[in-house]
This record gives sequence, C-alpha cells and structure tokens, in this order.
Amino acid sequence: MKAVINHVRSLLDKEIRFDGRKLDQYRKDIFVEYGISNKSAEGSARVCIGETEVVAGIKFEVGVPYPDSLDKGTIMAGVELLPLSSSNFESGPPSIKAIELARSVVDRGIRESEAIDFKKLCIKKGEKMWMVIVDVYSINDAGNLADAIGLAAMAALKDARFPEYDAKLDQVLYDKRTTKKIPLKYLPVAVTVVKIGDKFIIDPSLEEEEAMDARLTVTTIEDGRLCAMQKGGDGVLTADDVSIMIDLSIKKGKELRKFIEK
Amino acid sequence: MYDKRFDGRKMDELRECSAKVGVVPSAKGSAMFKIGNTIAIAAVRGPRNLYPKFLALPDKALLRCNYNMMSFSGSGDRVRPGSSRRDREISLITQKALEPVLMLDEFPGSVVDIFIELLQTDAGTRCAGICAAAMALADAGFKMKGLVSAVSVGLIGNKMLVDLDNLEEHHEEGNTDIPVAMISGEDGITLLQMDGFCKPEQMKKLLELAKKACSKIHEVQKKALLEGFEK
Repeated sequence: MKAVINHVRSLLDKEIRFDGRKLDQYRKDIFVEYGISNKSAEGSARVCIGETEVVAGIKFEVGVPYPDSLDKGTIMAGVELLPLSSSNFESGPPSIKAIELARSVVDRGIRESEAIDFKKLCIKKGEKMWMVIVDVYSINDAGNLADAIGLAAMAALKDARFPEYDAKLDQVLYDKRTTKKIPLKYLPVAVTVVKIGDKFIIDPSLEEEEAMDARLTVTTIEDGRLCAMQKGGDGVLTADDVSIMIDLSIKKGKELRKFIEK
Repeated sequence: MYDKRFDGRKMDELRECSAKVGVVPSAKGSAMFKIGNTIAIAAVRGPRNLYPKFLALPDKALLRCNYNMMSFSGSGDRVRPGSSRRDREISLITQKALEPVLMLDEFPGSVVDIFIELLQTDAGTRCAGICAAAMALADAGFKMKGLVSAVSVGLIGNKMLVDLDNLEEHHEEGNTDIPVAMISGEDGITLLQMDGFCKPEQMKKLLELAKKACSKIHEVQKKALLEGFEK
C-alpha cells in the first residue's frame, strides 16, 4: 500500500491521476436510477459514480412529535457499509465510518439544513407526526462513498410517495400509496474535496483515499449557500485551503445536482 | 377453492426470473437474482484468512453465509437493522444448501464469506438468496459439482403450487410452504423445509414439481453466467 500511496502522490505533483482524470473531474459514468425497490420501499434509488454504487430506501412511520418541535415531523438516517461491498468492511453494528457518513452527509446535510419542510410532516400538533426513515447501503466501494450516499439519499427522498394513514386505527396502510411527495425546499448536494500534498482533488478513488492528507465534505444548496461541512483525515487545513475547497465544492455540486433535478 | 392464482399464473408456473453476474465489481464473484418482485444480490469474498483463528477448520475452509434484508425491503413496517433469529437461521440453511457442491478442502483453515442482501421482498427470499449465492460462487471461479437452484413449492387447500408469492403465503385457506434447493444435473436436495400440513403422497408430487421448477431456474442462472463470462 505504501508504494501505491507514494505513486499517487508523485503523480499528483505533476497533476496526473491514476485514471487520467483532471483534478476537479468526477468519474464520467454517473447515473441515478429511481424506484429500485418500488414494491416495498415508499421511495428508493440507486446511485453509481464509476464503479462505486449505493442504494437508498425510504420507509414512513408515524410517531409522537418531539417536545421541542410539537408541530414538526422528522427524518432519521442510517448508513450501512455492507461487508458485501468491500473486503475492508466487517459485519456487525454500524462502524464509526458509517456513523460519520450518516451524521455528516444525511443528518446534517439534509435534516439540519431543513431541506424538508418538516411542518408539513406534522399530522396533529403534539400528537402525531410522520417520521421519514432513509437507509443507505453501500453495494460496491470504489472510492467516494460520501458523495454517492448524499446523492442517493436525496434521490430516494424525491422518489418517495406517502402511504395512507388511518388515524382511527393509528395504522400506516403501506399497501395504499398516495401520490403525495415529500415537501422538499432545497436539493442539498455533498461534494468531498480531498487534499493530497498541495493538490485538491474531487471524487477520490480508493487509492487516492488511502493517500489523502485531509478531506472536507461540503454540502451546498441551489443558491450556493453551504448547509453542512465535515472535515476528515489526519492532516490539517489552512483557512486558504478551506476557501479553495468550498469554491470547488459549490462548482462541482452544481454539476452533481443536475443528476437529481430531473 | 384456490384454482385461479391471484396473478394469473399456472399452478406450476414460476414468476418471471432474471439474473446477472458481476454486480459487485470489487468482489471475487457476485450475482443478482430476481424472481417476481423479490430481488437478491450476493457477493463472495475469500478464501481469506479467518479471525479469530480458533474458528478455523483444520481440514477445510469455513463457508460463512450472511443473509440480510435491507431495512426498506419489507412490504410493511421498516425492518429493524441487525440480524434477527430468522436472518441467522436462513444464513445457516443457505450455508448447508451450498456446501455440498463446493470443494472446501482445497482451502483448509480459511473462510469463504457469502453476503446476501435483499433489496425487495415478496416471499421466496431464502430461495432467491441461494440462487444468487450459487451464481456468485460460480462467478468467482470456485470448482463446483453443480449449480444450486432453489424454489418454494406448496399447497393452498389441496392445490399444489410452485413459487408462492406473499399474497399466497397469507392465503386465508391456509397454506403449506416448502422451500427446496437442488443440485443441477443430479438427484440432490440440499435444502428442505416445511411449514404447514401436507400428506406424504402430496409431498412426493411437490418434490417432482420442485425439480422441474429448479431446472427452469437453472437455465436462467446458466444463461446469466455464460453472458458474464463472454464479457
């Protein structure tokens, strides 16, 4: 692995990447497929970025609103890095890497940014609310799971249709799906910028992830505002680095958003 | 009397099947198997080192299967993450269904992991998982005595059926559900479970139906494997 890391770094000095991409270029084959689990999930999507593949699904449940937001519904997020998708992932409860992805990309990027109009998820103030549960699973890890997970979660939310709710029985009628969509205010998109030496790259491959000094995942919305950030990796970033990384992620976020705007 | 199936199939007719190999490029072998609305994917990792070491078998590789339903794959409530008793039992019977066709003594002390994930379920998930796993093993290039194909057969009232779907599994006349796995090209049953009531002579007939259905599934598996190798 050491040799690979050295190789990645020395090539990057000359602004060359393993697979011939430019430093700020995503892999060419990005695609989003909706409704991949249409019969069971109320919303679902598959996202591929190169060979990296993730699937996301939405389930609705009805619960009691939280005491601090009696007139709002909520979203819950889970990310599982399946051992099916990489030899580096193990069976068992979510690893710290999976938890970081769920919190940074989905919780902060989508929930905390209020991309969903949570007031519209309230059924009866203080008594009943919709809980939207989004679960994202990795199918194949070929680098940059974070951006794929963010995109898949948003795509699944877009694909979702509410089931009927029988207030008298207090039951969700999963076999009766309405045409009502989740009220989305924005389309947040996460872009991860990786710093290796003095270079900044996006959409890292597995080798580039191994060689990274630091990374910054920046989630942005349509008007260019930032709505979540997460710094990772062992290295440090200067304020100038952060500024460059933010600019890059806004620019690339616009490109990535096009895949889920349709 | 259940003499007309909900989805219009003949009594001995399978739901539409499709299959594909190489769906998880980072794994040594992988496959997707879809029957009706049930979609399973499987990936094989290994043979590789097994930790902790005391789990290792001195004379052969350990075949370790892991069956999991994605949390959004059920038609009702969300499936809670983490393995349930049901998941663990299905993992076990999957291992037993596949082990007879493998030559695990070639890799003593190691582990061969098979991960099965259900993306969408409409009954017959253990059988779909076994079909996908068998294909993943073949895709990985393991020496195999044959391919394993699996299907459920059963009864609603006195009517014999092949490949029950979720509605049929919950039919009000009660039902008998018998998942069966068979080795292609020989008389070998590697999975047999039953839930419900059945007369011995019906069982004999149902096994014959299962054999015919398995050979149809085998054709689908074989075709997908050949397409995978041609790529």
